[in-house]
Amino acid sequence: MSGFGTLFRKEIIRFGKVAMQTVLAPVLTALLYLLIFSHVLAAHVEVYPGVGYTAFLMPGLIMMSILQNAFANSSSSLIQSKQSGSIVFILLPPLAHFEFFSAYLLAAIVRGIVVGAGVLVVGLFFADLNLARPLWVVAFALLASAAFGALGIMAGIWADKYDHLAGVQNFIIMPLTFLSGVFYSIHSLPAFWQGMSHYNPVFYMIDGFRYGFHGQSDVSPWLSLAAVTPVTLLLGGLALRLIQTGYKLRH
Amino acid sequence: MHALRGVDLDIAEGEFFALLGPNGAGKTTLISLLAGLARPSAGSAAVMGHDVVRDYRLARRSLGVVPQELVYDAFFTVREMLRFQSGYYGLHRNDAWIDELLENLSLADKADAYTRTLSGGMKRRLLVAQALVHKPPVIVLDEPTAGVDVELRQSLWAFIRRLNREGHTILLTTHYLEEAEELCERVAMLKEGRIVALDRTVNLLRREDEQRLELVLSSTLLPENLDARVVGHDGNRFVLALPDYAELEGILAELRRNGIRIERMQLRQADLEEVFIKLVGQGA
Ligand SMILES: Nc1ncnc2c1ncn2[C@@H]1O[C@H](COP(=O)(O)OP(=O)(O)OP(=O)(O)O)[C@@H](O)[C@H]1O
Ligand SMILES: [Mg+2]
Repeated sequence: MSGFGTLFRKEIIRFGKVAMQTVLAPVLTALLYLLIFSHVLAAHVEVYPGVGYTAFLMPGLIMMSILQNAFANSSSSLIQSKQSGSIVFILLPPLAHFEFFSAYLLAAIVRGIVVGAGVLVVGLFFADLNLARPLWVVAFALLASAAFGALGIMAGIWADKYDHLAGVQNFIIMPLTFLSGVFYSIHSLPAFWQGMSHYNPVFYMIDGFRYGFHGQSDVSPWLSLAAVTPVTLLLGGLALRLIQTGYKLRH
Repeated sequence: MHALRGVDLDIAEGEFFALLGPNGAGKTTLISLLAGLARPSAGSAAVMGHDVVRDYRLARRSLGVVPQELVYDAFFTVREMLRFQSGYYGLHRNDAWIDELLENLSLADKADAYTRTLSGGMKRRLLVAQALVHKPPVIVLDEPTAGVDVELRQSLWAFIRRLNREGHTILLTTHYLEEAEELCERVAMLKEGRIVALDRTVNLLRREDEQRLELVLSSTLLPENLDARVVGHDGNRFVLALPDYAELEGILAELRRNGIRIERMQLRQADLEEVFIKLVGQGA
């Protein structure tokens, strides 16, 4: 696994060198959401008894940042090196398929969690946040970032240009995250959309994550765990398979 | 559409081998197959006895490839790139060899420069360095001297020669045929995906046993009855085939009769470029 360590480190340094864009910018975006939504809605909404709206919103925003940044890390790194041709530098060495996969995946997880932690720290200036069940917080952060990191690997391998990636982001990831209860409890939705939300894995990621902070959630965290784990495994398995077949990487 | 058809090629350990052919002949495709960057629709390839598909990790460990495209990773410096590349091969303390590579490829003063700030020729030399970080027994160079200036080309070849003397097998493609002629013991010529010639360089040259008469004349036109001998022509510079020294007199007389003055004259053997043109050129 010696090649894995190097590739993982390279991926970390890669986003570290442009931290303004890869860490600070997404934290700022989340902060803007936090300011605007909490200002507009704080007085009107109390989702869970004893939990202010801003405190309710925070875990959703943190999870959203984790997902988007985990996806962005693996997908943009891959497409960048495909477009510049520098992907040959990792195709030529004897890296095992699993090393390739796990280095990109782990770097995506790290980026997702670093940004998530950044949003958390900044958010603490605006709302008190419990950590009622920290293990659930960690578990969902890892599972969700892994799922979207793997999705990013697949998208990065499949996409021929940034436009394709933007398509995945705008037509799959954005709808999934926005219709998942980041900003609201799905109980406040009309019955149809409430029903639809139960087919959205991101809903369970956010709900379980939120449970870790508030000890309250729309569904049981065990149900969320049972819903998210297979999704993560499936996406991980597919991404690994794609690497093994050499799809779009080796002609 | 197949870029390669029926190519059967064996390169011995320690050889200095040239793969020649016009643009699009399939040289890079062949190298991509060896390197695992492409997969053959049929057939197989092996590096140091390791099948490139089945034993891909061993095959790739044995191989160092300088790609034809000038690729670089803009995020990193020269030294960072070389350290990463070493790490991919499991070499985590490789700085001594990295410094030696930088020295030999005249990149030592660029070690801490970002790769995007290098000139084209420097980027090319960095690619060479990257291919050599793990001292691969087989070194494949896909046009390593394109865009590299004369002096550095000489030092690059001196370095590659040294590696060859130390036992590394070298496979080279180039469009500078005098390089191949000077360096390589054996040559394969590829045309439209097929091997049209595969022989020791000396044998290929011997095939063309006619002498060449190189002339620079006062005229850009030759007397008509010499036209059949022309094998090369550029302005007032002519290369004529000369199967027999005895015919030299007749040629000189013909020129004199037409009032054409000889400004320079040289007699030499056919070179690899002429053999190449004959074997893979338009008409061949
Ligand atoms: N990715 C690709 N997809 C489809 N065809 C390709 C691809 N790469 C190369 N080819 C085709 O395969 C043939 C061989 O190309 P190749 O790059 O191997 O030639 P080459 O001998 O290296 O030429 P050059 O001297 O120009 O580098 C060409 O006809 C080329 O158009
Ligand atoms: Mg080529």
